[in-house]
Amino acid sequence: MTDTASRPVEPDVLDRVVIRFAGDSGDGMQLTGDRFTSASALAGNDLATLPEFPAEIRAPQGTLAGVSAFQVHISDHDIHTPGDAPDVLVAMNPAALKSQLDRLPMGGTVILNGDAFDERNLTKCGYEVDPRSDDTLTGYRVHDVPMTSLTVGATADLDVKKRDAERSKNFFALGLVSWMFSRPLEPTLEWIEDKFGKRPEVVAANTAAFKAGHAYGETAEVFGNPKKVEAAPQEPGTYTNIMGNQALAWGMVAAGQLAKLPVFLGSYPITPASDILHELSNHKNFGVRTFQAEDEIAAAGSAVGAAFGGHLAFTTSSGPGIALKGETIGLAVSMELPMVIIDVQRGGPSTGLPTKTEASDLMLALHGRHGEAPMPVVAAHSPSDCFFAAIEASRLALKYRTPVLLMTDGYLATGSEPWKLPDVADLPDISVEFATEPNMTDEDGNAQFWPFLRDETTLARPWAVPGTPGLEHRIGGLEKADGTGNVSYDPANHGHMTDLREAKVAGIAADISGPVTDLIDGASIAVVGWGSTLGSITSAVDRCRAQGLPVDRIHLTHLAPMHTGLGDLLSRYETVLVPELNKGQLVKVLRAEYLVDAKPISKVIGLPFTASELVEAIRTAAGLAPTIDLTNGASA
Amino acid sequence: MTATEVILDPTKRGYWTSDQDVRWCPGCGDYGILAAMQMMHTDLDVKREDTVFVSGIGCAARFPYYMSTYGMHSIHGRAPAIATGLAVARPDLHVWVVGGDGDMLSIGGNHLIHALRRNVNLTILLFNNRIYGLTKGQYSPTSEVGKVTKSTPHGSIDPPFNPISVALGAGATFVARTHDLDRKHMMATFKRAHEHRGAALVEIFQNCNVFNDGAYDNILKRDVRSDKLIDLTHGEPIVFGAEGDKGIMLVDGEATVVNVADVGTDALLVHDETRPEPTVPFAIGRLTEESSGVTPVGVFRSVQAPEYTSAVNDQLVAANAEQGPGDLDALLRSGATWTVD
Repeated sequence: MTDTASRPVEPDVLDRVVIRFAGDSGDGMQLTGDRFTSASALAGNDLATLPEFPAEIRAPQGTLAGVSAFQVHISDHDIHTPGDAPDVLVAMNPAALKSQLDRLPMGGTVILNGDAFDERNLTKCGYEVDPRSDDTLTGYRVHDVPMTSLTVGATADLDVKKRDAERSKNFFALGLVSWMFSRPLEPTLEWIEDKFGKRPEVVAANTAAFKAGHAYGETAEVFGNPKKVEAAPQEPGTYTNIMGNQALAWGMVAAGQLAKLPVFLGSYPITPASDILHELSNHKNFGVRTFQAEDEIAAAGSAVGAAFGGHLAFTTSSGPGIALKGETIGLAVSMELPMVIIDVQRGGPSTGLPTKTEASDLMLALHGRHGEAPMPVVAAHSPSDCFFAAIEASRLALKYRTPVLLMTDGYLATGSEPWKLPDVADLPDISVEFATEPNMTDEDGNAQFWPFLRDETTLARPWAVPGTPGLEHRIGGLEKADGTGNVSYDPANHGHMTDLREAKVAGIAADISGPVTDLIDGASIAVVGWGSTLGSITSAVDRCRAQGLPVDRIHLTHLAPMHTGLGDLLSRYETVLVPELNKGQLVKVLRAEYLVDAKPISKVIGLPFTASELVEAIRTAAGLAPTIDLTNGASA
Repeated sequence: MTATEVILDPTKRGYWTSDQDVRWCPGCGDYGILAAMQMMHTDLDVKREDTVFVSGIGCAARFPYYMSTYGMHSIHGRAPAIATGLAVARPDLHVWVVGGDGDMLSIGGNHLIHALRRNVNLTILLFNNRIYGLTKGQYSPTSEVGKVTKSTPHGSIDPPFNPISVALGAGATFVARTHDLDRKHMMATFKRAHEHRGAALVEIFQNCNVFNDGAYDNILKRDVRSDKLIDLTHGEPIVFGAEGDKGIMLVDGEATVVNVADVGTDALLVHDETRPEPTVPFAIGRLTEESSGVTPVGVFRSVQAPEYTSAVNDQLVAANAEQGPGDLDALLRSGATWTVD
């Protein structure tokens, strides 16, 4: 080590940077990205992340199909997206370079693991010529670093086999990038100790590789000054970095606490929802019961059973599973039992793109049941909002005795952001009362219990749970007579009950807040969204306004019932644009409900909108020419 | 609502009877099963409010409406799954599951085998009439090969399930069979099943006098019953016949009909419900009218094994002991945090 190591270097200050880590599925890129994110969060940056990984557990090594990537956007100001395009691409093998390079704008920085560029790996991904030796990388700032051999060298004194040492090369890359962007070492060193503590040889190898990467940046004198992204101004408070699925699971725990009810989750493993089951399974000390069912139908069915028993019941899945649960959800609609169904949407139809994001289940959520089966639909719009959306969905389910669909997607599920922790005391009380007494008297003066005698305000029926003496009753999927709940085939009663179920859900509109709006005087364009597009839309609307466009932003938090006054609000605009990660599902609803000439902006390639794309779409709709800056934006 | 006499004595059948009119076809075997269930309850020390009947879809699945307990008439095939959720959430309840052969073995087969495999504390009644009744007469997964029905005018092709084999194959800890013509036998069997801790499956031979009349005549008619039906008795050699002259012997692992006079009583298989392995009960369960001309009823297997809902609860108790009661604020701060002043 030279004495340059001790030379005090003032880092160059950047306002933001987007880094993309890419490598083989086995190279640990998700972990590397996640660690860099955590260190950045602790350094006080605002950030947003986009993990992208193949559906295969281990696609053939070194192939394009096996590339796993993680993009993180860190900044010294409030940001809303993981960035349109990276500034820095870390490519751990030729396949990663080949599949990712076109995302990197000219002038961007490429950091390669040169050791991986052997003939075998080049051939595997279809490079006939080593891209380092032709003009492939012309116009980029390229750092060709023999990461594997440097890692092996750094671990030479340790009792680690060469093969195992090579596996630590992602920590070398992490160390190097941590130096480049002035990340503190301690959080990652502590994490390595914590994570691998039971295997001292792994702790030693990863620590050595991480430190070697950091030292390499410091001593190689080819990287220039380190860069630094200062902390973003944040409101006072305690923060944590949170992923959507984790926030959702915590929201479910919180909802149980706020409802003063035990939580039950019936679930069946499915990407990208399984992490909710995993996370919740760790919190049994909150009285949480998790049940891994034999299939999606049983998962939903077990939740119905638990709800009948007086638990706050959930079932989690993604599109294919929601399709299977449809009949059971219809049963819950008919029996008017509280239950929350969570759809972490992914690319469809069928198995589709399991690890990629899409928001194409809206029509499924609104209408995916036989018969007239209205139910509330709630959508989360950021990773941390998943926490609050879980509480809101639970509140509506309990108060109105109805199944509620809660929509998130793969991008929210696996994306992360800093979250200012709420004060638990400020969270709403969502508890409801069980029925404890008969509510009717027959003509002979005998006390009776009518399970479908409704609350006049909410139209909710009483929730009488087994174990309550005197309230024994039978419910089911057959049509029930209004009030008594006895089986009824009476035509007029069926019409009446259908109307009551519809009115109950419609009435919820008076009990919900939102939509989330950002309105300016004189706006003639409205951008209406729902779900995970909030970040992209916010960035795009901000940029459009900076260009002088009169644009408002309206984001729906509830899709059924719709927000009160939404139709009147939309009728004020000359242009209503609806960006969605589907072929135009909300836009159809808005047109049908409000006779508004709303226009779709669709994207279904398994990725979220970039802000630049939306800016262009908004400019085009406004009759303006596209701007030149299509790829290198992402500044807001 | 019609005015009803309020019966407050749990030892009276009326206490267990709901105010709903029973709507099975006149002559249906289900009436006898309902009567046996209600009368059996007069002899149990349980409360009405702590008892729940969960059913799927089919004629049998109307059962919960006629009990005065809590009940749910759910969707086709899903009763074991729904009941599992209820039992896991509320291990304090007595949860019964009612369904027919189509409900339990066709559309709901997956749920049935997993409820049995997990040993969830459920008492499951499988009304087997070997036909789809509510949909007006299609062959079922227990119909005999060659069954001519509306959907199989040339005779059914596929071999049937033997429900006892399915249950034992799934590892069920309590497996029994009874039939709708013997109220006492039903009551005794239901009671045993109810007392079992874990998943209990009771197959009930049930006649459908409209779509499969005489389904079990060849084994249940008075004049053939003693030669065709074996009433299994724990600890006793398996014998049957009007004179007790026939018996069952294990030959190469198979339950085989023998003449007692030929082999001697000592050679007969002694019925033991509590064998740890289900192999011998399985062999006994393979005795059918089609295979050997005789059909056992009674308890095939009754063993104690860890019960699922208790185990779920134990994990909650252990988590509470280890981690302390849940603290939401601490949960939110359980990851890496930083503070902005």
